[in-house]
Amino acid sequence: MKKVLALTTALTAVGFAAQADVTVMSWGGAYATSQIEAYHKPFTAETGIKVVSVDADNPATPVKAMVEANNVTVDVADVEYADAIRLCDEGMLEEIDPAILPPAPDGTPATEDFLPGALTDCAVSTIVFSTVFAYDSSKFPEGPKTMADFFDLEKFPGKRAMRKGAKANLEMALMGDGVPAAEVYAMLETDEGVERAFAMLDKIKKDTIWWEAGAQPPQLLADGEVAMTTAYNGRIFAAAVTEGKPFQVVWDGQVFEYDLFVIPKGAPNLEEAKKFLAFSTDTQRLADQAKWISYGPARKSSGALVGKFMDGTTDMGPHMPTSAENLTNALPSSYEFWVDRDSELNERFNAWLAAS
Amino acid sequence: MTDATQLLTTADGRPLKAALAAAQARARRKAFFLVAPLLLFVVVTFILPIGQMLQRSIYHDGFSSNAPALAAWFDENPDAMPDEAAYAALAADLLLMKNNKTAGEAGTRINYTVSGTRSLFTSSARNADDLQPPFTDALLAVDQKWADPLIWQAMRAAASPYTTDFYLIALDRQRTADGGTEVVAENQRIYLWLFGKTFVLSAVITIVCLLLAFPIAHLLATLPMSKSNLLMILVLLPFWTSLLVRTTSWIVLLQGQGVVNNVLVSLGLVADDGRITMIYNQTGTIIVMTHILLPFMVLPLYSVMRTIKPSYARAARSLGATSWTTFRRIYLPQTLPGMGAGALLVFILAVGYYITPALVGGADGQLISNMIQFHMSKSNWSLAAALSGMLLLGVLLLYWLYDRLVGIDKLKLG
Repeated sequence: MKKVLALTTALTAVGFAAQADVTVMSWGGAYATSQIEAYHKPFTAETGIKVVSVDADNPATPVKAMVEANNVTVDVADVEYADAIRLCDEGMLEEIDPAILPPAPDGTPATEDFLPGALTDCAVSTIVFSTVFAYDSSKFPEGPKTMADFFDLEKFPGKRAMRKGAKANLEMALMGDGVPAAEVYAMLETDEGVERAFAMLDKIKKDTIWWEAGAQPPQLLADGEVAMTTAYNGRIFAAAVTEGKPFQVVWDGQVFEYDLFVIPKGAPNLEEAKKFLAFSTDTQRLADQAKWISYGPARKSSGALVGKFMDGTTDMGPHMPTSAENLTNALPSSYEFWVDRDSELNERFNAWLAAS
Repeated sequence: MTDATQLLTTADGRPLKAALAAAQARARRKAFFLVAPLLLFVVVTFILPIGQMLQRSIYHDGFSSNAPALAAWFDENPDAMPDEAAYAALAADLLLMKNNKTAGEAGTRINYTVSGTRSLFTSSARNADDLQPPFTDALLAVDQKWADPLIWQAMRAAASPYTTDFYLIALDRQRTADGGTEVVAENQRIYLWLFGKTFVLSAVITIVCLLLAFPIAHLLATLPMSKSNLLMILVLLPFWTSLLVRTTSWIVLLQGQGVVNNVLVSLGLVADDGRITMIYNQTGTIIVMTHILLPFMVLPLYSVMRTIKPSYARAARSLGATSWTTFRRIYLPQTLPGMGAGALLVFILAVGYYITPALVGGADGQLISNMIQFHMSKSNWSLAAALSGMLLLGVLLLYWLYDRLVGIDKLKLG
């Protein structure tokens, strides 16, 4: 019933988009709720401009279809990094001048306040999500602390789980082998670096289960099927805080990525869309969103303002990929690297997987 | 003779042959109008999309439409190595790409064949304004990679939107600098091997399904109606259950800490640290897919076995045949249409399966469809289309073989 309601609401929202002032397309669920609470409501309260929230499975797909059909009904869309770059490449997005984005409260300009790579030609990041590794703390009272521990079967015996794909795994393998985060991609550009990463993965290959859907790793941990797994941090947070599972995230060696706001070419309310974009990505708004979901704000200055989860007791700071203590050995996922090497490395990864 | 045929006319004097043909054509038109909606539906929702998808496997204009100067140079110099004019064309195209913001699109196309080149295009296009003649030196100063003959080979191949590149990749081959092709490095060969594996695993699943389904279908067909209906529900119930639910239940049963292992451990048959790995590998894929596809084998077999008269077997027995001979020479041949239909159904479904192998296949239980899905999600649709095209061809070949060996007219689906 809820789904039907959501669907009809979404349909009416599209139908009435012309009357509303800004239409924002996002992913639905808890994530869209966090945006409505943190961005949409305060924006309407401050400017009087109404915001309509529309859901899609992946907003990049309808955005592409709308722009190609010359019938754009969405003003702002929430997309993944790869899609933001690709759509921008294909000329389907408005360029966004970083000068329209408000500076941090202390006056730092937006270009410096946003985390590295969070601003692109056509997109502004709102949140950071991360691939981390997590373990069941009831199994390891003296739990693993570093990425190297994940690959150490002697010190921490038990099965592992990793995502079935090259991305993030190769980076984590190198960091587990002691490569500093800053040098990971330079090393992966070389053949020796790739060899080294695969050699590290070889160490745990026999004891590793490969997952594909984001919902799998918390399940594998809960079933006791694996002792440690890589996972998206929000999934582990949900299982640990909302369901009370004894899961612990290890932030050392985390690989983080952005989710971004874009404006499709031909957006019906361009000026309002830009205003909304500037408002929703300011320091306070990004910090507020963390009240609803454990994904970190894309601005440095927001970190200090992050408060408690909506249950009122969980302090969100330690659960954020972006809080300072979690960023000590963290790697921003490089889109440039992966768009170049994706097919080659995944073919190699799949061939490696198959050769058992 | 001719006179005799001319004499045959209808009442209004037309030749009988023409009148008959006209009447038949009318009937055919009527029949056509009856099936027209279905035909239209199939064309619009099935043939067109598949055709369009397959077209992507040989057509990609990401580079050709954004690099007109280079395309012209390649046309004029069919075999030449890149000279200053070529580099000038490249510089002009890079500037065009910068202005139209198409460097990423063009680079992506070249990146499909030469890994690591998308950033070469985007970074070079960023500096396209500053390029001054001589362009050869200017471009090599931006990035040494521009001298790589492989990149020029790839650009030459991509200068026409029609390409065999994606089929080359799907066959684990790559272009060499001199224009030929070669097999890729051993640690990157994956597709042909996966095709082989997909067909072998599907065959294994089909055989296991057949062995399991045969006695079930026989029991269903021979029991009295009331009991067989009850059993039929047991066959159909899983059939009606969601695929994901069934796959997940198998995970619950078979995993290391799962029901089966727990029972074995508590019975003392298996040590606690020696739990059997039955899932997240090839075994898991075979077990779960066999279960999921079993009804597709049971139902056609059942429908054929229902029609086999018990009197044939009785006659054979009364003429002195042993029960084994009766089964082998009388019963089994009559079930052949059902076995054929079931095997074909299960095999074709298995070849295209991807959700189940993705969830329970682990490292060595994945099939070619998982690769197709992977490339769809990475928006390399052309390679996905090429792989699908090859899969389709493989299935059609097997279908043809089946027709030759068993005969498609013998098929009985129920």
